[in-house]
Amino acid sequence: MGFPFWILAALTVAGALAAVLLRNLVHCALALTVAFAGLALLFLNLDAQFAGFAQILVYIGAVAILVVFAILLTRSTETPKDGGVFSRTWFVGLVISAGAFAVLGWALLQSQPGLSLGPATAPAATVQQIGTALMGRYVLALEIVALLLTAALIGAVIVARHEREGTKEG
Amino acid sequence: MLGEGILKGLAETARNFAGSFVSKERLTTVEYPEERSPLPEASRVFPFLLYDGTDWEAGMRCVACQICEKECPPKCIYIEKSKDKKPDYVGKPQIYPARFEIDVSVCMSCQICVEVCPFEAIKMDTDFELSTDDRFGGLLYDRKQLARSNEYYHSIHPTEAAEVDARLAEEKAKVEAKAKAAAAAKAAAPPATPAATTPAAAAPVSKPAPNATEAESK
Amino acid sequence: MLEKADQIFILLRNWLVGFLPAGWQTAAGVVLGVIGIVAVFPGLFAITTVLERKGLGRIQNRLGPNRVGPFGILQPIADAIKSLTKEDIVPRDADAVVHFLAPVFLVVVVFMGFAVLPVGRNMVLVDMDASLLFYFAMGASTEVSIFMAGWSSRNKYSLLGAMRAVAQMISYEVPLLMSSVVIVMMTGSLSLVKIVEAQNQYSYGLPHWYIFTPWGFAAFVMYAIAGTAETNRSPFDLPEGESELVAGYFTEYSGFKFALFFLGEYLGMLSISGLGATLFLGGWSAPLAVLNWVPSWIWFFAKVMLSIVVFIWVRGTLPRLRQDQLMNFAWKFVLPMTLLDLVVAAVWRFMGDGLLRWFVCSAILIGVYVAAGRWGMRSKHFGPRSYRYAE
Repeated sequence: MGFPFWILAALTVAGALAAVLLRNLVHCALALTVAFAGLALLFLNLDAQFAGFAQILVYIGAVAILVVFAILLTRSTETPKDGGVFSRTWFVGLVISAGAFAVLGWALLQSQPGLSLGPATAPAATVQQIGTALMGRYVLALEIVALLLTAALIGAVIVARHEREGTKEG
Repeated sequence: MLGEGILKGLAETARNFAGSFVSKERLTTVEYPEERSPLPEASRVFPFLLYDGTDWEAGMRCVACQICEKECPPKCIYIEKSKDKKPDYVGKPQIYPARFEIDVSVCMSCQICVEVCPFEAIKMDTDFELSTDDRFGGLLYDRKQLARSNEYYHSIHPTEAAEVDARLAEEKAKVEAKAKAAAAAKAAAPPATPAATTPAAAAPVSKPAPNATEAESK
Repeated sequence: MLEKADQIFILLRNWLVGFLPAGWQTAAGVVLGVIGIVAVFPGLFAITTVLERKGLGRIQNRLGPNRVGPFGILQPIADAIKSLTKEDIVPRDADAVVHFLAPVFLVVVVFMGFAVLPVGRNMVLVDMDASLLFYFAMGASTEVSIFMAGWSSRNKYSLLGAMRAVAQMISYEVPLLMSSVVIVMMTGSLSLVKIVEAQNQYSYGLPHWYIFTPWGFAAFVMYAIAGTAETNRSPFDLPEGESELVAGYFTEYSGFKFALFFLGEYLGMLSISGLGATLFLGGWSAPLAVLNWVPSWIWFFAKVMLSIVVFIWVRGTLPRLRQDQLMNFAWKFVLPMTLLDLVVAAVWRFMGDGLLRWFVCSAILIGVYVAAGRWGMRSKHFGPRSYRYAE
């Protein structure tokens, strides 16, 4: 846990907090992008090139843009002036997120005891190793994810088509 | 096949590209300040005042009748009449413009002043390089800046200038003949013909006046 | 001597770095490399702008700029002075911070893409394992800056231009990635240095460039189409379609910020060309074995400038596409063709050496291409245009 880690961690947390606390929704989305970038840099800091660049490519290049598109296409970007930035069910949200965080933390701590104590000794995985692993040991998981994404894609196409035909008939 | 049209288009533009280096017909650009294409004879930009002879002040044809001033649609002409008179091209004493100014920035090159002028005193110039860095004084042309000789007029509009000269010569000859006839008549018989011609001659001159006042009242 | 010419920049860097204490040398070497990139590519950008204006002029039977310097070659300097001295206008309702960050972010991200391009033998700033992925990650990040520019301007034309740009870039990023995946598949590496090394072999004096294989050629064509769209160049320049959107996402930018956008766009073009040269045209390797004595970086830049010329040529030729044509082309033609190309590349890989695989792979690609063209054009009738309103 060197000095770069703390900078990146601060950047990520600041981005995430800004994404929650800012008033303007597009600003929130851009702050979320900063948080994504911080995560990607954290991956790179851990010598995980593939994961880091994939994070940038997918999350900054696609997910952030989709979030922004969704915001612009659905509602006004400004939250109303009266009332705070939090919704009325903030307490429930807090509980759920705290629960999720606790489960993740617990899982992490259980999986590799002593990870946070000693320096990382795992060898840096090359892209080739990741590719071999994805095509060999984890091929079933990869295929299932591919199937899920294809189903989602087809579902999206059907939703878009259905709407158009409905307006034509009506 | 798909993409055939794109290749055809690329070939066409490549031909244009290469052709512009070798063929003068493809590259029609005239690089203006260094080379100029000849102006058509009927081109017009801005009016000037015509004078005969060499002295612009003495030979100025304008008699300050103010028709052009009144007809000018954007009202860019300003004329002040003189108190004294000087002889015109037929030798008749006429008043002359003490001030004659045109605002370049207002003039719209319509040529109406030229068409209404009964004395062939104002004509259109072809000089289009009128830009100046003085946007107030530099754009207001006075008498001296507007004066151009008849030779200059011949050099820019030869056909039109020849016609104008012929007409003026004819008129001058007519006037001279009339003067000669009047002198002869005065010598011979009581003057009957001049009295009959005077109202007819006066009519066209007085005609523009009502039009002008009408325009002004609008 | 010739080897020295080939490595002149490396030697120069080592010589300069040698003056520093040992602990500083690595960092100083990196900084010098960055300075090199930041100096060379904007220089190429300047050459490209004047080349484009002159070239388009000739294509349209004009002379192009010829006033500043001999034959107008100093025009970029005049343009730069003009941009720098112009007033920097920020609209009153604009989001000032985002409006300022957008062009900066764009240029930074585009410059970062150059870090992994091998511009010559041993001449790459960062030689990492996943450099191709890094390049595409940086390319994808430009979309964010374009969106930032369009949204923060508070101008409907800017926003529409940004939406168009982002939709277009997301759509064409897929075929762009897919056509590069073919190369990755054949090389077995995401490292651009290794990809160039794999192409830097000669048989009978001819190079093993990927463009000289059926699947490589098909991938190159798809890459060129997707790359043109990705850089928002004509005929895919809808995001800044001046006839309908003023200037698209940078309508509200002026002065130096506009110049930054302009720089970003042309640098994007140069970097897409550089990546294309690296992936398909053998990077810095010479086109013939006998020409190997020419310094490798000359070949790289020659290839880049050649593809820039093609970019300009295409811009002078083709009219702009319509939005629906653009999207249909991306998803219904380019993407399926790249997927097919992946299959063809796999067939090539497993058929072993011999002439047979040339015939099989070419036949599949050409057959599908012609059939798809026929099928796509089946209901289109081309002929002289008739105008109803004119009668």
